[in-house]
Amino acid sequence: MATVAAVIASTHHPFYYRASTATGDDRPPFADAWVAKIEAFRETLTKARPDVLVMVGSDHFHQLWLDNMPQFLVGKAPFFDGNFYNEEREFGLPRMTLPGEEQLAAHILRNGLDAGFDLAFSNELRIDHSITCPIITLRPQADLPIVPIYTNIFAPPLPRPRRFVELGRTIRRLVESWPGDQRVAIIGTGHLSLELGGPRQFGEHGPDPVFDRKAIDWIASGDLDGCLAEVTLDSLHLPGNATHGFMDFLLMMGVAGAGAKADHVDSLDLFHTREAYFTWYPNGVPA
Amino acid sequence: MSKYLLDKFLFTVDRDPELVERYRADAAGTVTWWEQEYANKLLNCTSDERSTWLAFTDEERRALREYDHVALFELGAHPFLTLTLFIAMFERDHGPLEYQKAYGRAMAHLHPPYPDIAT
Repeated sequence: MATVAAVIASTHHPFYYRASTATGDDRPPFADAWVAKIEAFRETLTKARPDVLVMVGSDHFHQLWLDNMPQFLVGKAPFFDGNFYNEEREFGLPRMTLPGEEQLAAHILRNGLDAGFDLAFSNELRIDHSITCPIITLRPQADLPIVPIYTNIFAPPLPRPRRFVELGRTIRRLVESWPGDQRVAIIGTGHLSLELGGPRQFGEHGPDPVFDRKAIDWIASGDLDGCLAEVTLDSLHLPGNATHGFMDFLLMMGVAGAGAKADHVDSLDLFHTREAYFTWYPNGVPA
Repeated sequence: MSKYLLDKFLFTVDRDPELVERYRADAAGTVTWWEQEYANKLLNCTSDERSTWLAFTDEERRALREYDHVALFELGAHPFLTLTLFIAMFERDHGPLEYQKAYGRAMAHLHPPYPDIAT
């Protein structure tokens, strides 16, 4: 059976690519510290020696739209093109093409349906920055096959937080039951507190630093019960109107398992939103 | 109210570089053209198959024609769509983050709970 070589959760800041590649006067003052944290984070994946990446993200109305909106969708295709015109325009993100792992996608679809998740699927999915940003930060050579899994954190009605946790637990079980000896890293990105298009956007820090500190503690310690006791669809409006992306962190806590302490925890206070990085090694820290 | 149609306008314009420039250059003309020609277009279908019933309210039409992002927010348009399109149109006229911060300041009188964005 396949091995879960690493479980990785992080924010996906679309400005990282531009900040980290900028030079001279264009390079922001926080770029070097940001790059150092990302390179340490990247090493946690490299050390796990993955063969395949299962990547959880959230489409930002790029390919998925309100005329036919899935709640959870698995990409099953031989290749995935990445990034859209408006991400190139706004964030300077590069276009890329990633290979797909269709057999694992089919396994997750068949068995995910049987486990009670009505997963949508796509045979031609263009992925956006929620999945390409962790490629840029964690695997810039973009050489591993992926299975993208999209969640709806954007278009109400949304699944509730507990559903994200349950899907995370199921994804972990499904990967571990995949016949073969592949080493699979499960990577998911979300948000801490975040405001988009509202009065609290683009501040000196994230809109709710208190929530961010609590959230980092919940994730780092695997405190699922504590987190679910406070986080609801309604409560997530309070730290900022786009904070429902935090539910992708909840999904990854489900993958890591209740009570699982992260082996790597780091964060960076930036303008607009706080960055946070977590890695778990379910089978022990690699040598 | 037709929040879905507001979002459909913002979505279809934001993803098309030609439409972004057209809306920036001529808001009223673009909104009129879009409502006549595009509003009932099924996005995942041939052009022969169309919806028959989608139209803006007067207030929605006005807000789009006047780039009134505060009114769009209050009407329940998806704030990500409004923000990303308006950044595409107007950030170029300002210094770094200047437009985004002014956009937020114009909404300083708004407090949670914000309008429902469900369509």
